[in-house]
Amino acid sequence: MAEKKQFEKGKMVPVPSHSIIPERDLGTTPILECSHLGIDFGGLTAVNEFNITVGRTEIAGLIGPNGAGKTTVFNLLTKVYHPTRGTILLDGLDTHGKTPAQINRMGIARTFQNIRLFNNLSVEDNVKIGLHNQEKYSMFSGVLRLPKYWKREKAAHERALELLSIFDMQDLADHQAGSLPYGAQRRLEIVRALATNPSLLLLDEPAAGMNPSETAELMENIVKIRDTFQIAIMLIEHDMSLVMGICEGICVLNFGQIIAKGTAEEIQSNPTVIEAYLGKQQ
Amino acid sequence: MKKSYLSKTNWVNFATYGMVIIAFVVMQLMGSAGMLSSTIRGQLVPICAYVVMALSLNLTVGILGELSLGHAGFMSVGAFAGAVAAAALPISSAPLRLGAAMLIGAVLAGLVGVVVGVPVLRLNGDYLAIVTLAFGQIIKSVVENLYIGMDAKGLHASFLENRITFTDGGRMILNGPMGVNGINKISTFTAGFVLTMIVLVVIFNLVNSRAGRAIMALRDNRIAAESVGINVTKYKLMAFVTSAAMAGAAGTLFALGQNTITASKFDFNMSILILVFVVLGGQGKMWGSILAATFLTVLPETPAMRELRDYRMLVYAIVMILVMLVTNSDKLKGLAGRIIPKGKGAADNG
Ligand SMILES: Nc1ncnc2c1ncn2[C@@H]1O[C@H](COP(=O)(O)OP(=O)(O)OP(=O)(O)O)[C@@H](O)[C@H]1O
Ligand SMILES: [Mg+2]
Repeated sequence: MAEKKQFEKGKMVPVPSHSIIPERDLGTTPILECSHLGIDFGGLTAVNEFNITVGRTEIAGLIGPNGAGKTTVFNLLTKVYHPTRGTILLDGLDTHGKTPAQINRMGIARTFQNIRLFNNLSVEDNVKIGLHNQEKYSMFSGVLRLPKYWKREKAAHERALELLSIFDMQDLADHQAGSLPYGAQRRLEIVRALATNPSLLLLDEPAAGMNPSETAELMENIVKIRDTFQIAIMLIEHDMSLVMGICEGICVLNFGQIIAKGTAEEIQSNPTVIEAYLGKQQ
Repeated sequence: MKKSYLSKTNWVNFATYGMVIIAFVVMQLMGSAGMLSSTIRGQLVPICAYVVMALSLNLTVGILGELSLGHAGFMSVGAFAGAVAAAALPISSAPLRLGAAMLIGAVLAGLVGVVVGVPVLRLNGDYLAIVTLAFGQIIKSVVENLYIGMDAKGLHASFLENRITFTDGGRMILNGPMGVNGINKISTFTAGFVLTMIVLVVIFNLVNSRAGRAIMALRDNRIAAESVGINVTKYKLMAFVTSAAMAGAAGTLFALGQNTITASKFDFNMSILILVFVVLGGQGKMWGSILAATFLTVLPETPAMRELRDYRMLVYAIVMILVMLVTNSDKLKGLAGRIIPKGKGAADNG
């Protein structure tokens, strides 16, 4: 693999949307810009006035107490829910009216808080399904096993193993996804998401259910993924060591409202956050 | 890398091909040695048709994971389209005429599959079961009121018998509720075997390809499938229409092995019968569908079982409910798993 830039957790600079992004990302279009984003479920306003800018190579954090609306934000970004208000720009393009599948093809991939794997299929097939729009051939090439089928299947097989090796999972390729231990299922979800070649990766509680050593390894791997793929990552996490350790810009949500934005240091010393979130934990 | 191409799935697929080929050869040998009773010989073509029906429904139920309760409707479309085509086509070679009729039956059933599938497969939930149930009944009513005749000028169709006026030498082919009579029985066991093999190859190759994985991804987790960029409607429709077209070909095969076919033959009971084959054989297991379709077609014809024939649907219904209870209950599954240890993962590809 060609030599890739290693990013240090660097200087954060403000942008017009009252967010901060890494200084190195200033010259390029932000990967994600949300303005006035909001959704109501019946009478309940689950998310309101959600404004955020995420830099092209940033690791961003989204935190907040249970029920704050974090997963709902991911569901809005990926069009599982359609926003009641506001706009989402992905790489400068409006995502209004797109389907979840189109959003993925535009560059957002995600994992799920409650793991969603293709449980009856093998680990390798799960990753190959992630490669659906990367290694393409028609149904007819597949059924008739034309040369294109063999060529693309070989490429998909090799790419799947290469992606699995990020988490050292290539030996599990033939296992049934649903039979994997919890931690491995979470990692497989990340690999499957990466297979779709995203420019923004959304991770919903990637460390949930992992022990401290697994979490430490995951932290390293998230940074490694950002460095090798040169993508932006936005993650939801309750494990503060992970969030404060690797996230550059952090956004705190409470009752669907952003109550603070800033670097780890700023968030940790913010009195509103301590009261609403960190205070509650003690 | 070679290793993964000869995985367990591939092994199951090759065993299934082998099973079908051996069964065909054995029956052919026994037939030429005069060891088959005329009852059995008469059953060979229908068995092939039912096997293909079960395989094709398994594509919808086992691989795509959608419940269809009107599969006999597609068989009906294929049966009548094929019967009319076989009567009308100016092809003298019987196998060629059969092949062409099957192709027409498959294409027409596939088109009907598009018409049924496009509006319904966009919706999530159990709508497909409801709509296919209605579809089966509609097809039956349509065919019961359809008259198709042929004369020197070509084919004439009408929903009223007396609307068709023939020039000299014209005759009615499809006669409304009386169906098609005096069919030239050109279906053969060999043709049934070839169709079964083609259907198996298509299903296995589809399942082990990009499109097949997309279809199974939709079955296992639709939201996750969408999140990796899979077009839901496209792949649902692909599986459903392929399944319908195969049922159409099976319908033609069946029809051209009978003297007479009527629309009432392809009713709700037939759809349920095919579903029983699939559920008993195991969803997603093609070899299971083949065995279930074969034995449940032959068994009721054996002298011992003939007495119980009237209770056939009742027995099937009870067995199906039991199977569904067992496969849906984790407790019972665990129990069954302890008694019959089953290979993990193999169930879903082959
Ligand atoms: N489809 C829905 N219909 C109605 N209410 C919903 C729906 N989805 C989410 N909500 C509500 O929106 C609020 C935010 O939920 P969300 O799942 O986004 O929280 P969260 O921040 O991810 O919490 P957690 O940390 O527990 O995962 C909750 O009050 C939830 O009940
Ligand atoms: Mg959540």
